[in-house]
Order: sequence, then C-alpha cells, then structure tokens
Amino acid sequence: MTNRLLDGPPLDFGAEPYAQHRRRLGPLPSAAGLLEALESSGLRGRGGAGFPVAAKWLSIAERAGGPAVVIANGSEGEPLSHKDRLLMSTRPHLVLDGALLAAAALRADRVFIVVAEDLARAPAVMAAALAERPEAEQEALRLVVAPARYVAGESSAIVNLVESGTAVPTYVPPRPHVKGVGRAPTLVQNVESLAQVALLARRPASFPALLATLHAAGSGPVVRELEPSTLLGQALEGVGGSLSQTRAVLLGGYFGTWIDGSEAWELPLDPRALRELGHSFGCGVVAALPVGACGVCETSRVLRYLAEESSAQCGPCFYGLRALAGACERVSANQAEPGELQRLQRWAQEVRGRGACRHPDGASGFLLSALRVFGSDFAGHRTHGRGGLG
Amino acid sequence: MSEELELAVDRTRCDGSRLCAELLPERIRLDDWGYPIFEPGAIPAHLLPHARRAVAACPLLALRLRRPGED
Repeated sequence: MTNRLLDGPPLDFGAEPYAQHRRRLGPLPSAAGLLEALESSGLRGRGGAGFPVAAKWLSIAERAGGPAVVIANGSEGEPLSHKDRLLMSTRPHLVLDGALLAAAALRADRVFIVVAEDLARAPAVMAAALAERPEAEQEALRLVVAPARYVAGESSAIVNLVESGTAVPTYVPPRPHVKGVGRAPTLVQNVESLAQVALLARRPASFPALLATLHAAGSGPVVRELEPSTLLGQALEGVGGSLSQTRAVLLGGYFGTWIDGSEAWELPLDPRALRELGHSFGCGVVAALPVGACGVCETSRVLRYLAEESSAQCGPCFYGLRALAGACERVSANQAEPGELQRLQRWAQEVRGRGACRHPDGASGFLLSALRVFGSDFAGHRTHGRGGLG
Repeated sequence: MSEELELAVDRTRCDGSRLCAELLPERIRLDDWGYPIFEPGAIPAHLLPHARRAVAACPLLALRLRRPGED
C-alpha cells in the first residue's frame, strides 16, 4: 500500500484544518522506530543529489551534545516547480507533523518552517496552521518568510536566513548537519520529504510516491502524485502531453538536464534508476519543450536567469555564469564568435565545483545537457522556432 | 613520511588577486576571470614550500592547505 500525501479533502477546498487532519490520520505518532522506518522506506531528499533521508538523520541523531535544530525547507525557488506551494497550501499539518517528528527523533528544541514570500497562499496558510497547533508544539515552532530568490533554498542559505536574516549561501564547511543554526547540528529538509515522514511514522511499510510538477507541451503546470514506476511519458500523457508534440524534456528543473523527447518518454521517474542514467529527479519538475521550439533560445533564457540569481559572492559563479549566458545569447542571435562552442564547453567544465554552493554546478550540468541534446541547434543556429517551457 | 596536503579556497573570500598562481604555477592556473583552478590531488613534497608561500601571500586569507577529503 502506498502513502498518499494528497489524500483527504479535495485540493480546491484549500488547507485541511487541524481537527480534520487529526480525525483522518490520528494524533501525532511517537518517533520511536522512525529512523528504522525511514531507512527501509528508501526515502530520498529532493535536492539534486537525492541524498537518503535516513543517512542525513542518522548523522545528526548519533551526535553527542546539546539539542539540534530542524528546518522545514519550503522555499521552492525553482521557477518550474509548484509542488511545495500546493502541499503547504492544502496539507500544512502533514508538513508540521513531519517537522515535529524530526525534532523528536533528533532531539531538536527548535523547529523553523521556512516559506518563500511569493508562494501564493502558502505563507499565510502555514502561519494559520501553526496557530492551530497545541500550545506546547507552538513553543518550538517558528515561521520564517524567505525572499523569493533561487539560491535562497540552498541549505547553507536557509541556515544563514534563520540566523542572520540574509538568505545567501555561506562557505561550507562545516555543513549544516554538523554546525548550523547557533552552531547546533541542523537538519534542513524539504517540506515534501517531511510530509512523507508524517505518513511513514503512521504506516511504516509503505513506499513513498513522489510529487511532480508536470508541464506538457503548450499547457501550464499540473502537480501530480506518482508512483516511482511511472514512466515520464505516461506522466506527461496524463496531463495532455504527447510524444509527437514533444521535442525534449527538462527533468529536475533549471538545475536538471535536458533529455531527448523519445528517450525521456521511456524513463521511469524512480530517482534511483534515473541517477544510474546520469539524470536527477531532483525537485520533481518534468517539463516538455514543444516540437518546433528552439533549444538554444530556451537554454539562453534559463542560463540568463541562473546568472542573475547568482548571489554574486564567488567569482567563478558570478563572472562564469554571465559569460555562459552571454555566449548562448550570441549563438541565439546568430552572432557567435569564432570558437564559441568550444569555449562554452570549456567554461561549463571550469565553473563546476568552484562556488561556495552548488549554483554553478547546476548551471553547468544544465548547459552541458543542452549541448548534447540540442547540438545541431547550437552548431547551425538560424531560426528561433516557436514556443518554450510552460 | 610527511602528511599529504591539498589546496582549498573559500570562494566567497577570493577576489582574484592572482598571487597564488604566480607563486605556484605548477598547481594553480587562472580561469578567464582571474580566479584560481587547482590541479586535483595532494601537493608533491618538493612543492609544499611554494604552496605555503602562496597561502601566506593571499591578501584575503582565502587560500589554505588541508588534508585530502577534509572539509
């Protein structure tokens, strides 16, 4: 049997009230045995690396010393992702249950719920949900509203925001799970992963489904809860997409990779299987680029966005991403300089691993996948085509 | 046997002074914007004095030596 995050009242009813949440799922369960349940569930985080949740929790649980800190990451900075705002706006108490269970399992005395300011109703819903919880729980819980910036969701940036009010990444080490807020070991976990924890603590045998934001060619985003065995093609067909209308698929959002349409159609969204093929399900964005659209133009647009979202702290990221976006724009404008493509390849390799956070790595992986999938567009760019990502 | 050491840099501090690459060109080259790129792996023993000089010369104290795999 599968746990379903979006079970319960229809989603267009808005937030499930606390009383209804408790009637449906029962009270907050004990955290006894939770680490073992997490381990056997195979639950993985929703960053690009897909790090096992159990391993991250264990590294904090096995420490000696004082209380830890838990941060629920609801910053959802990825422009194509909508799953976290939907989850927070409709099932806020699953997120709070998961964060409180993490605090119990990891002996944390403070829990911060970080929500980006631009996520429609999510900040207001989470604030109202917090106020519905018993007083003893409210004492540990704090809501922190984050600025709507791409890098604000990076874990060291979140810790920095909670500590100092500035949502830019810091130089790691030490990593937040070793020394985070107030030098205490700090768990930074995506809100969907915490909501999964809330269900796993109640039904340990279940294998988690995944929230995905689907963009079929020519239509807006739809959030679906899908089994890991679902093929990307099946997922997109479920929201009106078709292979004949799809040139390529962007998997994992702006930090993800382009995959040729027909190859993508047959891939399962199982994060483990995808990683073996060099892809990442990451934040769960599956976005189709329509047939007839130009891969160079779309890649330029995304790279310019990523360049402007650099927090401008590290030279290779600040200058490198601007240079990459500029070179793509020259190709797109049919003004490529001699050796432009070779330089793009070299720059993309050189910026990797040379920032305090993974922002340049994400942009580099995105561009390298574009050069593979849209190689002919880059080599002989003439026309701009029509259409783009949703 | 002496300890193995490699170069590491705090990228948020480094402002591209280029001094490190001048003092240790065997292990450090510069990207097109003047920021250092390191040869991966441990510094050979005969270059360690030069590496220490490069670390000491960094005007922003961004460069350091660490044991491989250390944070």
